[in-house]
Amino acid sequence: MTQTVLEEKKVDEKWEPKIIAFLCNWCSYAGADLAGVSRIQYPPNIRIVRVPCSGRVNPYFIIKSLLDGWDGVVVSGCHPGDCHYISGNLVARRRFAILKELLEFFGIEPGRVNFMWASAAEGERFAVLIRKATKIVKELGPNTKFQKKWC
Amino acid sequence: MGIEEENKEIISSIRENAKKLLNENQVDVIIGYSEGTVPLSSTPIIVRKEEDVDKLTWNNLCYMNLARYLAPLMPQLCDSEGNSLRIGIVAKGCVGRAINLLAVEKQLDLDNIKMIGFNCNGIVNRSKINMEIGEKEILDVIFSGDDIIVKGKDWEKKFPYDQYINELCKVCQVKSPSTTDAHCIGECQELESIHDEFSDIDDFEAKSVQEKWDYIKDILQVCTLCYSCRQACPACYCNLCFVDQNKPIWFGKTTEYRDIFTFHLIRATHLAGRCVACGACSSVCPVGIDLNFITRKLEKIVKKRFDYTSGLNAEILPPMMDFDMKDTQEFMLEED
Repeated sequence: MTQTVLEEKKVDEKWEPKIIAFLCNWCSYAGADLAGVSRIQYPPNIRIVRVPCSGRVNPYFIIKSLLDGWDGVVVSGCHPGDCHYISGNLVARRRFAILKELLEFFGIEPGRVNFMWASAAEGERFAVLIRKATKIVKELGPNTKFQKKWC
Repeated sequence: MGIEEENKEIISSIRENAKKLLNENQVDVIIGYSEGTVPLSSTPIIVRKEEDVDKLTWNNLCYMNLARYLAPLMPQLCDSEGNSLRIGIVAKGCVGRAINLLAVEKQLDLDNIKMIGFNCNGIVNRSKINMEIGEKEILDVIFSGDDIIVKGKDWEKKFPYDQYINELCKVCQVKSPSTTDAHCIGECQELESIHDEFSDIDDFEAKSVQEKWDYIKDILQVCTLCYSCRQACPACYCNLCFVDQNKPIWFGKTTEYRDIFTFHLIRATHLAGRCVACGACSSVCPVGIDLNFITRKLEKIVKKRFDYTSGLNAEILPPMMDFDMKDTQEFMLEED
């Protein structure tokens, strides 16, 4: 094996995905907080954006994140029925269902976009799901298909 | 019966009903189709007086969805105070569906609308014909028997009608407006739901992610982002469309394929559960992209997931305006 191939492989092994996480203020953000204060380890690949409700997450945000080069997107909200705004997450769920199928139809790996529910008391669950999402995105590799080169 | 006779019958029924509406003072204006100014097209027309009724026509090139003029309401359809006139509208099945959709979304008052219904016999796929003719100039289009005859300077070409009809029209089950007699004169029907297997996109869905990407990239790459599809769409009535917003700019206005993908993805999410399958977007596309391919998929998702078909009545809310605790959520990430 030549030197360059070895080096490339090294880079591949070192590669870590960057994942943007839209967390709802009332449940998932507090859940992430709880995971933090309980010292539950979860991958440092996620960068959190706090949104008032998962219903605030426009499909634009998700597509735009992929366009800007994020390797994965996670959207997390309160469990159905627990929404602070009564029905925000139920409305969001329908949107996500359609977006997820559309992305697959357009040939973008559906694993790049993950949706989950995590309540404020579920620090452990939050950490487990983030671990799972990171694993999925890591297996898919870098987002080169949809990332736009700005220069 | 040949396509020519069918069209003649439809034209006479449209004119008769239009005359009746104007005579009995049931409507102030009538929107309909007239002969196109260039071959292989048709032009929308507003008729105000009874003597102009004979300008109304119907042929298989009337691809425009006339409900486009109802939301936002065209100034020509308002009185001096800006209130809506009583409007008669020549309505094939998908125009009727679009009117129902706009009524559910509270964009128009159904009491002002009187549809002139008839059994639509399909729309010709213009881009397919244009593609085969190439750069030669078309001077005339005639429907005769079961053929479309396209004429130019010292050449002539025959196209069998049933092969050059829109793919959407082949599977269409809403030929006449789905409404009641109160809002319609002429042919109409009351449909509860339609049965569709969506077998035309099954083959595509079975492909791998990379094959899908390559195929979609191949068909969308020629898009010039002219937004004709948005302009022609009866469901696109936002005051400020996302493509015009510049704070923030959602996607670059280049013809780079990622920008094109973004536009079509977001357009598709906006049309989910609202698309009335009229095929106007495909018909007006200057580069002949088959956008119905995407809208068919949308229809399939909505039908399978929410058991909903848009525009069949003016009462049931579209799925994206509604919510339900019992929705399926198999796509959500769960612990093992």
